[in-house]
Amino acid sequence: MNQPLLQVREVSKLFGPHPEQGIPLLKQGYTKERLLKDKGITVGVGQVSLDIREGEIFVIMGLSGSGKSTLVRMLNRLIEPTAGEILLHGRDLRKMNKAELREVRRKSISMVFQKFALFPHRTVLQNVEYGLEIQKVAKKERRDKAMQALELVGLKGWELKMPDQLSGGMQQRVGLARALANDPEILLMDEAFSALDPLIRRDMQDELLELQEKMKKTIVFITHDLDEALRLGDRIALMKDGALVQIGTPEEMLMNPANRYVERFIEDVDLSKVLTAARVMRRPEAVTLDRGPRVALELMRERGISNLFVIGRGKQLLGVITAEDASRAAKSSMGLEEILITDGPRVAPDTVLSDLFEVTSSSKVPLAVIDEQERLLGVIVRGAVLGALAGESHHESKEVSPNEVHTEIAVSRVD
Amino acid sequence: MKSIPKLPLAEWIESLVDGMERTLGGFFDGLSLTIETIVDFFAGLFLLPHPLLFIVIIGIIAYLIGKWQLALFTVIGFLLIDNLGYWDETMSTLGLVITSGLISILLGIPIGIWSAYSKLVHRIVSPLLDFMQTMPAFVYLLPAVTFFSLGVVPGVIASVIFAIPPTIRLTYLGIKQVSGELTEAANAFGSTSWQKLFKVELPLAMPTLMAGVNQTIMLSLSMVVIASMIGAQGIGATVYRAVTQLKIGQGFEAGLAVVVLAIVLDRFTQNLFKSKSQRGD
Repeated sequence: MNQPLLQVREVSKLFGPHPEQGIPLLKQGYTKERLLKDKGITVGVGQVSLDIREGEIFVIMGLSGSGKSTLVRMLNRLIEPTAGEILLHGRDLRKMNKAELREVRRKSISMVFQKFALFPHRTVLQNVEYGLEIQKVAKKERRDKAMQALELVGLKGWELKMPDQLSGGMQQRVGLARALANDPEILLMDEAFSALDPLIRRDMQDELLELQEKMKKTIVFITHDLDEALRLGDRIALMKDGALVQIGTPEEMLMNPANRYVERFIEDVDLSKVLTAARVMRRPEAVTLDRGPRVALELMRERGISNLFVIGRGKQLLGVITAEDASRAAKSSMGLEEILITDGPRVAPDTVLSDLFEVTSSSKVPLAVIDEQERLLGVIVRGAVLGALAGESHHESKEVSPNEVHTEIAVSRVD
Repeated sequence: MKSIPKLPLAEWIESLVDGMERTLGGFFDGLSLTIETIVDFFAGLFLLPHPLLFIVIIGIIAYLIGKWQLALFTVIGFLLIDNLGYWDETMSTLGLVITSGLISILLGIPIGIWSAYSKLVHRIVSPLLDFMQTMPAFVYLLPAVTFFSLGVVPGVIASVIFAIPPTIRLTYLGIKQVSGELTEAANAFGSTSWQKLFKVELPLAMPTLMAGVNQTIMLSLSMVVIASMIGAQGIGATVYRAVTQLKIGQGFEAGLAVVVLAIVLDRFTQNLFKSKSQRGD
C-alpha cells in the first residue's frame, strides 16, 4: 500500500465569536446543534481525519453545505483551519510561515476551480504560465512548460485566445492546464466539472481519467454528484454536516453503506454504471485445443450446457465451441480448431455492466472476460448480472485469477 | 432657556492655520517651489515649439491613440485657440492641469489601493473625501493662499484637493470589484501580495481606475477659473477678467478655449487606456 502523501488529522473549521473554544467541546462530543445553541459557534468542518495516498483520485463528496469546499481549501490553507494538522510528506502545513506556504502552493499543490477562475485580462497561454511566472521561471522555459500543459489538455493552437473566447469546457481545460503547468504533486479540484453541461462533463471526466493514467498525480476531487464520484474516485469520502460519514472505494460504499445516510445517498445510483465485469463474472470453464470434440461434447452434456471455451496452453482464449458443432465434428472426426468460433464477444474486467448489456443480448455465445494478455479470466452469466443489479452479494463470484480456470472438465453454463 | 454660546470653530481653524504656517513654513516653501517648478516645466515644454508644430505633434498623437475624428477635432480646436490669441494662456493652463492631475494620480492611486486593503484606512479616507468634495472650493483656497501665497501653487493645491477624490474612490472600487475567485486563484498559485496586486488586481481594476483618472483631470480643469482668483495665470484668468469687466465676447472666446481643452483631455485619457487594452498586453 502507498504511504499517505497528505494526512489530515482532526481538522476543524469553526465560525463564530470565539471559534477556538469550540474545539475541546467538539472533542467531548458536543453536536453541531448544541455548539450553535450554547456557544454561537457554527461548525464548518468538524474533526475530520483522512489519509490521501500518492497517485489516487480521492473524491470528497457531499451535498452543498456539507463542508467539502471548506475542507479542500484547508488543504492549501486558503482557509485557515481552526484546529488540527495537515501533513504533507509529514510536514504540518499549519506550522509553515508565509514563504514556506507559498512554496507549497507553487510547487506541490495546485488548484482547479469550479467557475474556472481564469484571469480575463490574460491570454490562454499567459493564464497557464501564471504559476511559473510568479516563481520567476525564465520566459522560454515557462512558455515551453505551458505549451506542454496546453497540449496535454488538447488546447494546442488556442494559446493566444482570450479566456472569454472559449467555451466552458475549454475554459476548464485551461484551468486544468494552469494547474498542471506547475507540475504539482497534488491537484485539488473543487467541483471542477460542476459548471459544465452533462455531455461535456462526461468528456472531461473521461479525459481526466486518461490524463491520470499518464500523469499519476494525486488528485483530490470535490463533487456533489454521486455518479461523478463513482466514475472518478479510487476512494470516496462522503461528508455530511461538516463530518465524515464514510470512506471507501466506490464498491464498498455501494455494497456496505455505513449508515442510513449513505444508503439514502446511494439508493438512486445506477448500479449498472458502477459494477464491473470483474465483479459479476463467474469462474470460467474451458478445454484446451488438443482435446477432441468428443471430450468437449461429453463435458457439455454432463453439465447440460451448450457452449464451451477453448483455451491455449498459456491459458489465452482461443474461442468458443457450441454443442451442435461439437457433435457434428465428432461424427466427421474433425478437430476442435475447425469448429472454433473465434469472433465471440470479449470484454475487459473493468467494463461496467451497462456496457455489457448490449454485448450479451446480441450474442449467441457466452461473454468472455479477458485480461490484457488475452488470458481467460471469467465468464459473464446473465443471471449474475441481474443478481448484482438487484443488490445481491456474490460470495461465489469473487475475482478469479487465470490460474483458477478449470480446464478440461470445464463447462460454461450460459443458456 | 439658556442659550449655548457659539462654538469658536472659526477661531480654532484660524489659529490652527496660523500655527501650521509658523511651524511648517519651511516645508510649505519647499513644496511650493517644487510644484512651481513642475508647472513651469510643463508650461515651458508646451510653449517651446511653435504653436503650429505643437498642433501637428498633438494631432499625430491624437491619431495614434484614437481615430482620425479625434485628430481632426484636436487640430481644428487648437488652431482656433491659436487664432483667437489665447495660445500662451491655454498652454500654461494645460501645465497647471497636467501637474495637478499627475499629483492627484500619484497620491490617489496608492491611497485608493491602501483603502481597498485596509478597512480602517477606508473608514478614515471615505468621509474625508466627502468633505473635500462638498466643501465649497473657495474655502480651501484661503488656507492654500496662506501657506503658499498667491500664484499658481495654491491653484494646484486647491485643484488636487478638489480633483483627487474620484481617483481614490474608483481605484478602491476597481480593486474591490475584482472577483474573489480570481484573488483566491492568485493566492492558490502562491502569489505574493505584490504579485497579486500587480498581475491580477490592478490590471482588472484598470478600466474603473482610468475612469477615475479621467474624472480627476476633468475636475482639475474645472478648477482653473477658480484658481485664477488667487493669481494662477492662464486661460482661467482670462475668463475671470472678462467676467469681472463684463466683456461677454472675450469671456465666450476664452470659455471656448477651456471647452476645447476639456474635450481633448477627456478623449485623450479615455483613449489612452482603450488603445492599451486593445493591444492586449
